[in-house]
Amino acid sequence: MDFNYFLTLLVFSPLLGILLLAFMPKANESGIKMLGVLATLPSLILALIAYFSYRGGNDLANFSEKFRWIQFGGQGAEQQGLFSVNYELGIDGFGLIMVVLTAVIATLAAVASFHIKKEWKGYYMLFLLLEIGMLGVFTSQNLILFFLFFEITLIPMFFLIGKWGYYEKEKAAYSFLIYNGLGSAILLIVIMVLFSRTGTSNIEMLSVMMNTENTPMFAPVSESLKMGLLIALLVAFGVKLPIFPLHSWMLRVHVEAPPSIVMIHSGILLKIGAFGLIRFGMGIFPEQFAELAVLLAVLGVINLLYGAFLAFIQTDFKMVLAYSSISHMGIVLIGLGALNEAGIQGAIFQVVSHGLISALLFFLVGVLYERTHTTTLANLGGMAKGMPLASGFLLAGAMASLGLPGMSGFVSEFMAFLGLFEEMPVLAAVGTIGIIMTAVYLLRAVLAITYGNAEREFVGVTDIRSFEWAPVLVLIGLIVLIGVYPAVLSEPLQATLETILMGIGG
Amino acid sequence: MDLDTLLSFDWGTMTPEFIILGVIAILSVADLFMPKHVDRKVLGWAGFVGVVLALISLVSLIGTETTSILYDTFRLDSFAIAFKLILLLGAALVMLLAIDYRTNDGLEEYKGEFFYLFLTALLGTMFMASSGDLITLFVGLELLSIPSYVLAGMRKRNLKSNESAMKYVLNGGISSAITLFGMSYVYGIAGTTNLKGIAQVFGGLSDPQHIYILGLAFFMIFVGLSFKLASAPFHMWAPDVYEGAPTPVTAFLSVVSKTAGFVIILRILLSIFGYIPVAQEDAQPIPLLFAVQDYIAFLAGATMIIGNVVALRQRNIKRMFAYSSIAHAGYILVALTAMSFVTFDAIWFYMLAYVLMNLGAFAIIQLITMKTGTEDISHFAGLYRRSPLLAVGMGIFILSLAGIPGTAGFIGKLNIFMGALMVDQAHYVLVSIMIATTVVSYFYYFGVMTQMFFRPAASDEKIQLPAGTTAVILITVIGTILFGVMPNLAIDFMHTNFNQFVDFMR
Repeated sequence: MDFNYFLTLLVFSPLLGILLLAFMPKANESGIKMLGVLATLPSLILALIAYFSYRGGNDLANFSEKFRWIQFGGQGAEQQGLFSVNYELGIDGFGLIMVVLTAVIATLAAVASFHIKKEWKGYYMLFLLLEIGMLGVFTSQNLILFFLFFEITLIPMFFLIGKWGYYEKEKAAYSFLIYNGLGSAILLIVIMVLFSRTGTSNIEMLSVMMNTENTPMFAPVSESLKMGLLIALLVAFGVKLPIFPLHSWMLRVHVEAPPSIVMIHSGILLKIGAFGLIRFGMGIFPEQFAELAVLLAVLGVINLLYGAFLAFIQTDFKMVLAYSSISHMGIVLIGLGALNEAGIQGAIFQVVSHGLISALLFFLVGVLYERTHTTTLANLGGMAKGMPLASGFLLAGAMASLGLPGMSGFVSEFMAFLGLFEEMPVLAAVGTIGIIMTAVYLLRAVLAITYGNAEREFVGVTDIRSFEWAPVLVLIGLIVLIGVYPAVLSEPLQATLETILMGIGG
Repeated sequence: MDLDTLLSFDWGTMTPEFIILGVIAILSVADLFMPKHVDRKVLGWAGFVGVVLALISLVSLIGTETTSILYDTFRLDSFAIAFKLILLLGAALVMLLAIDYRTNDGLEEYKGEFFYLFLTALLGTMFMASSGDLITLFVGLELLSIPSYVLAGMRKRNLKSNESAMKYVLNGGISSAITLFGMSYVYGIAGTTNLKGIAQVFGGLSDPQHIYILGLAFFMIFVGLSFKLASAPFHMWAPDVYEGAPTPVTAFLSVVSKTAGFVIILRILLSIFGYIPVAQEDAQPIPLLFAVQDYIAFLAGATMIIGNVVALRQRNIKRMFAYSSIAHAGYILVALTAMSFVTFDAIWFYMLAYVLMNLGAFAIIQLITMKTGTEDISHFAGLYRRSPLLAVGMGIFILSLAGIPGTAGFIGKLNIFMGALMVDQAHYVLVSIMIATTVVSYFYYFGVMTQMFFRPAASDEKIQLPAGTTAVILITVIGTILFGVMPNLAIDFMHTNFNQFVDFMR
């Protein structure tokens, strides 16, 4: 099978949807929504084709493609192969998983967007642009291209939050823009320093150059500079992830953005931080990364506990979930800090698993809000009476999130802690408090919603219906699938893990 | 000089200038004899055709050998051609804007003059790009400045316009005087006004006293010329003049005049101060230009900070763009500070991108301010409702000005970063300031976005699009995106035809 242009097609196929939408009459609500969902399908189908063809024995290297794009610095530099930026896409096991995750969540979020009440056309056009950005991030093979896609996600998000969000939407959009703008500014500095010093921005070449003694470069990169760059990377991706002191923007977004967008945001955009740390942090600066491992593990535990304790005292369900996201990202950091196979595997599992779980939970939040127009815990209660199915799914989502065995959350937490106990048992022991707290706050919140006393009667609330079935079933199915058969993830990841471990000398 | 010598000059190299000169002559005579009631738009179209013809003749000159005529006072090297391309492109677009510009405060009676004064200023900039002598440089500078002073005050019955002309002429006079004073030192020591000759004399300079005097000369020239760039310390005129001048003139000042400023600065700095050896303690002497790099860096930093921070407080869109324009001058000064081997490339590309994005933005500003009669940002509210195409166009220009990937502005910034980081002592501080202030600029740029997309419109009246302005918007939108997605089109063109400007001053 010929895979030229395969990834380009995969990444840019939502563009077709954008173009078609541009010609749709504004008032045709159902047509626009249908088209919006349909436009996410080509990427999903292509991503699945890639996944199954890989499972069927096809080499992922077949998917890579490369074209000449920009040549900086004139003909002299070109002859030496310096300062050229190619358009190059490719995937490894990790990238493949992220692409599949993105495509799945994007389609489901597009379905969830049926709740959007106004200006569907603009909404879906921006939504599809956002999808292009996300798919591009996980497939780009050089840093400049990565940055390009990274920033492309920023702009649609700004509008999606600022126009279709709740009461304080503009504030949330601005804090999203400024925090992430600063994060990507720092990332850009790192990228440009690397590019201007080495003359290349190709990730693979950079990781070879940075880790081989005496490679010819345009200008030398000293050890201390490498450390500085890694710390800058940590800050840049730390904003995205988000790591503890840099998280405040993310709470606002979780609360103010429409639920379908939070599905994307919490399910995928936050994961770009983890992806970047693993791909660039570990890939390009393995030695320095190992030096920072303890710091990462400590940050991870702080995130885990801080998120968990604050989630416990929230009165709004969206805030509970927002802090829960912060807490769960701590597990990613813990896994990375452990710096052994189990740990890193746990971190990546957590990335995927939390993506699915938070997408599910926020979808259900959307369903709930749609019917009751509130997410305050005190106002909700006894929902199990009116909407038993939705309540059941909510409980299932919470169970997956707190790490019930047999669901994806368990595998990732188990692996991450297994890794950390091996390296830093004391820290890991402290971290387990967070796990217990997770059970406490999630059950408190979910039980308050489903069984607690209703402050007011919700007359005529309907249970999950029609289109809402699809996302719920797909997400729960995937969560359980990963929980009982983790090989769907671990097998594609094997090669990536080996490369990473070889880099850090483990 | 007899007729034979005069005829022996290769006058063909001056074709574009001759065309512009001819058009100026025709327009001024035609304006004189045309009856009063005839619409002067015709003259504008004639002027536009003239600029386009000059552009075509210039394109046909690409690839010719470097020639210099009139005893080396007029040079046609790749530098001259490259920058004249931008100047003519910018001027052509400004002409289109000027044709559609209408006010009721005294401009109509002078519309004919308006056009040929434009062209005169343009002629001045073209001479600056081509000059090989201090005299032609200065004459070009004044040929640009004097018509600009008149143009700024063209709306006779508008107080702000009068004020702006007054401020402009005073500041301009002072800065010209300072520049000329600096040049007089150069002439005094070199004994010649020819740039090549000066370089030769200065190459053998060893008396430290001379160096000090030339250091002084450098500062005067640089400070004086910073007036044309609207960079610190001579930036104070910009907001008032930009606000008071008719919008096409503002566009001209911020784009064409600024480009010309960089042209003259590059010419003078490189060909004079790049050759003065400054003795170093136990090291090779370095050119004066490199010895004063820190001071240029300081001015660049100050310009970026002043421009971006003060812009935050502006409510008047033209004032805001004045500060934004100051900020952009600062960005380009970073490239100038770095003096790497991509400096020319970076400045050329950035100017090209800037012409496209800023002129596009001014086209829309002109439309809206003419429509509403005020320049307050709040009148952009709901533009998306009134005219989605205009809003999206403005959105693209703003994204490009803010340096978001996918636009020409981003590639321009990337080029500047690279230049500043690849040199021996990388300018980390300067690059950090540039990136940080870029993030600051998100606040005011996205403020316009907020108005256009989030806020409700005062009226739902559709906006009429005049032909010329529409053409400008289309061309600039296409250019901004095209050079953002496929910058290699422009960059490769530059590399093949101008080959890093190797013949500069040879």
